[in-house]
Amino acid sequence: MAQSGETVAQSKGLQGVAADFASDQRAFKNVPWGKAMMWIFLVSDTFIFSCFLVGYMVVRNSTQVPWPEPSHVFALSFGGDPIPLILIAIMTFILISSSGTMAIAVNMGYRQNRKAAGLLMLATAVLGASFVGMQAFEWTKLIVEEGVRPWGNPMGSAQFGATFFMITGFHGFHVSIGVLFLFITSYRCMRGDFDPPGRRGFWTSRRGNYEQVEIMGLYWHFVDLVWVFIFAFFYLW
Amino acid sequence: MAHAEGQQHPLGVYFKVWGWLFVLSLCSYMVDILEVQSYLRWTLIITFMLMKAGLIMAVFMHMQWERLALVYAVIMPPAVLLVSFIAIMTIESDWTYAVRGVFFGATQAAGVH
Repeated sequence: MAQSGETVAQSKGLQGVAADFASDQRAFKNVPWGKAMMWIFLVSDTFIFSCFLVGYMVVRNSTQVPWPEPSHVFALSFGGDPIPLILIAIMTFILISSSGTMAIAVNMGYRQNRKAAGLLMLATAVLGASFVGMQAFEWTKLIVEEGVRPWGNPMGSAQFGATFFMITGFHGFHVSIGVLFLFITSYRCMRGDFDPPGRRGFWTSRRGNYEQVEIMGLYWHFVDLVWVFIFAFFYLW
Repeated sequence: MAHAEGQQHPLGVYFKVWGWLFVLSLCSYMVDILEVQSYLRWTLIITFMLMKAGLIMAVFMHMQWERLALVYAVIMPPAVLLVSFIAIMTIESDWTYAVRGVFFGATQAAGVH
């Protein structure tokens, strides 16, 4: 059932790389085209987020005015003393949990367990939605209470707001789109669209199969991956 | 299984990685809580970040089970371009910082930035 019809033995290591790129028909063996396309999209997305983070590095490294202390700006108090970065830490743990449920959903999908895969994707979507909710809370607090604007803020460098809203906004947008598609993929999975022979898709008329769960998973893990870098460079640095 | 190209792995490895991601996130959060400063802080942040990124890519995104051609096609362009881009922009921003110091005379703000 392999789409490639690969029968010859594949060489390993660097020779395998050379052989794969020099081969006929397709370079990426053992990978369905949908997955290869998602990877190529993710590489381009990597460049987008990298440009934002490099831009952030440039403005932070070139300003003469001290940068606002992230651990104080993002502190939150639950009645007592403010706890530094607590909301961001909770958001990080939620996103990691959602990555875990997604990884297991992909695994369940390949075991043809459509109910488990669908429910785990639903759990992933709910965790993702709560992440976006907390981000909305964080933005509101920063805009209304702290007076942070893209062009300035009372705590320090004027560039803080611009980079913060740009980077976390773009990431939050990715999470939101992911949540939307998780709901759709979860629904389709539980309806049995991915079980052989596969129900034809609404847009593409192509038969569904469990690779679509893995492709969804690749996107979702990438969103988590980007957050790892944002957490390190923006919130902790 | 039905599909020859699917990624089939035992569940245990996912739970292990999931646990490690929690531990590593807690570690990087502790860097802030314990107020580790300067070079030690930056080294720890980057170490934990790269370990987390590596685990997510290798296991959750199934990179370690893919053919090397795909791994290289994904890793190499960002690695090569970004390292040089970051180097160029560091020099550029250091220059801007110096010029701002000269023309705006904000010498008192020199220090940690």
